Amino acid sequence: MSDIALLSSPSQPAAPAWRLLRRLIRRRLVLISLFILLIMLVVAVGAPWLAPYSPRKMDIAHRLMAPSAAHWFGTDEFGRDVLSRCMYGAQLSLTVGLLVVIVSLSCGIVLGVVSGYVRQLDGLLMRVTDALMAFPDILLAIALMAALGASLTDVVIALGTVYTPRVARVARGAVLVLRELQFIEAAEALGASSRRVIVVHLLPNLISPLLVQGTFVFAFSILTEAALSFLGAGVPPTSPTWGNMIASAQEYMQNADWLILAPGLCIVLTVLSLQVVGDGLRDALDPRLRRLT
Amino acid sequence: MVVVMFLVATIVFVISHVIPGDPAAVMLGPSATAADIAALRTRLGLDASLPVQYVQFLNSAIRLRLGESIFLSRSVTQALNERAMLTLQLTVLAAGLATLIGVPIGVLSAVKRGGVLDQVLTAGAMAGASLPSFWIGLTLIEFLAVRLHLLPVAGYGPPDAGMLERLSYLIMPAIALGIPSSALIMRFTRTSMLDVLQEDYVRTARAKGLAPAKVIFKHAFRNARTSVLTVIGLTVAGLLGGAIVTETVFALPGVGNLVVSAVLRRDYPVIQGALLVISGVYVLINLGIDILYAVLDPRVRY
Repeated sequence: MSDIALLSSPSQPAAPAWRLLRRLIRRRLVLISLFILLIMLVVAVGAPWLAPYSPRKMDIAHRLMAPSAAHWFGTDEFGRDVLSRCMYGAQLSLTVGLLVVIVSLSCGIVLGVVSGYVRQLDGLLMRVTDALMAFPDILLAIALMAALGASLTDVVIALGTVYTPRVARVARGAVLVLRELQFIEAAEALGASSRRVIVVHLLPNLISPLLVQGTFVFAFSILTEAALSFLGAGVPPTSPTWGNMIASAQEYMQNADWLILAPGLCIVLTVLSLQVVGDGLRDALDPRLRRLT
Repeated sequence: MVVVMFLVATIVFVISHVIPGDPAAVMLGPSATAADIAALRTRLGLDASLPVQYVQFLNSAIRLRLGESIFLSRSVTQALNERAMLTLQLTVLAAGLATLIGVPIGVLSAVKRGGVLDQVLTAGAMAGASLPSFWIGLTLIEFLAVRLHLLPVAGYGPPDAGMLERLSYLIMPAIALGIPSSALIMRFTRTSMLDVLQEDYVRTARAKGLAPAKVIFKHAFRNARTSVLTVIGLTVAGLLGGAIVTETVFALPGVGNLVVSAVLRRDYPVIQGALLVISGVYVLINLGIDILYAVLDPRVRY
């Protein structure tokens, strides 16, 4: 029923949020993933109150302790509580991920719409995105980090530059398809200004493809941020991140494998959940694709 | 392609000129004297105006004259040259591995669509794509090398090591690098196989009683392989990037390792050169794949 409703009204801004949510949680795996993400979010936001210890408090007497009731995830080489550090790591990873999504979606949409609308600029803009995408993600990110600095803002700028072209591509593709549809033509025929067509008719229809894309950008930027921190090219090592926790655990992993296991699991769980939700969103928003999956 | 490479060079130029402050001062650190900084500025050609620097940069980039490394006392081209072979081997090995794992599993999953096996494989692929390669690498070192002593921990062996011994140093890095890509290839193979398997001609082939294996490989896979090739080409970019991380984990003296140490030491000429060369390789690979299309699929004409 709802599939038909969605198909027959392309100008509707997708399904209402609650219907989308209901369709999402019908799939058990998506539900579990949403739950994991919710927990991560709560942990990230509530880290200052929820963390059992300060992430920087050293306790040399209790260094490299295996997981126990006092330290659920054990302690690291300075006796710092790994659970607390993972929680603050979640805060940093999710902040970076979210900001990168906001930056790359907003820049990507603008570029995509300009590219889809202003034909003279299309060729140039697309060649520039081609060129930006000719650099491997991590290489471009790490080179930008070398040029910019090492603050959280720099990480977001670097990753935003990496992922904006991908979003712009998707947005442009969607704009080109939408422009050919009758309701846009009708709006133009009725004398609507370009601005009105874009704001009222085009943008709402870009939401669903870009929502899906945004979820994947979120997942990739968490992975790339972890790699940057692992290489020592991310935020300064004073703030705990999942990546730099794994990097400093390298020397001790023989006797203390929880040191790489805990942050590793955090990365995998978050990224996997995001990908599952992204897939679920795509299926829920585009019933035509569902037969293929 | 020429346009893209020109833009790539421009982006590299822009990146190396957005450095806040004086790059020469940044490179030499706080203990440098004003005279040292001035000397380095002259060496790097930083005294010229921006447009002049830009033209000079493009001019030398075309001739692959990438300048001198600040720390390695050799030219960037030389440094890249010494390390390119290792990274190439690693990338090829990982790409081969990813294809060997990804394609058969993708086909299998598509054929058994909807079944338990398909669900397990699809979920596995998604998990594989969520694993950071450095984490896979460290876990492999821990189990295969440290606990089971099957493979050397890291490095690239003594200088006189033979081909086969060298290879044993590359196995774990190639696995760590290849797994995330194999997951991507698997998912893509599955989708394009599902597309093809729904075509009428596949139904016809089945209806006339051909063996299922023959239908799958002779009829269906032939048409899926062009799109599979596309994703393999795309993963090569990921592999070139992933090599940066993997080489660091396994202490392999490749291009990736060079890039990371250059970034940590702010050795800008090396970073510039590596960016140019790696993206150039990527563009070339994709050109090669475009040509392969025409070979594999006679319908494609340029």
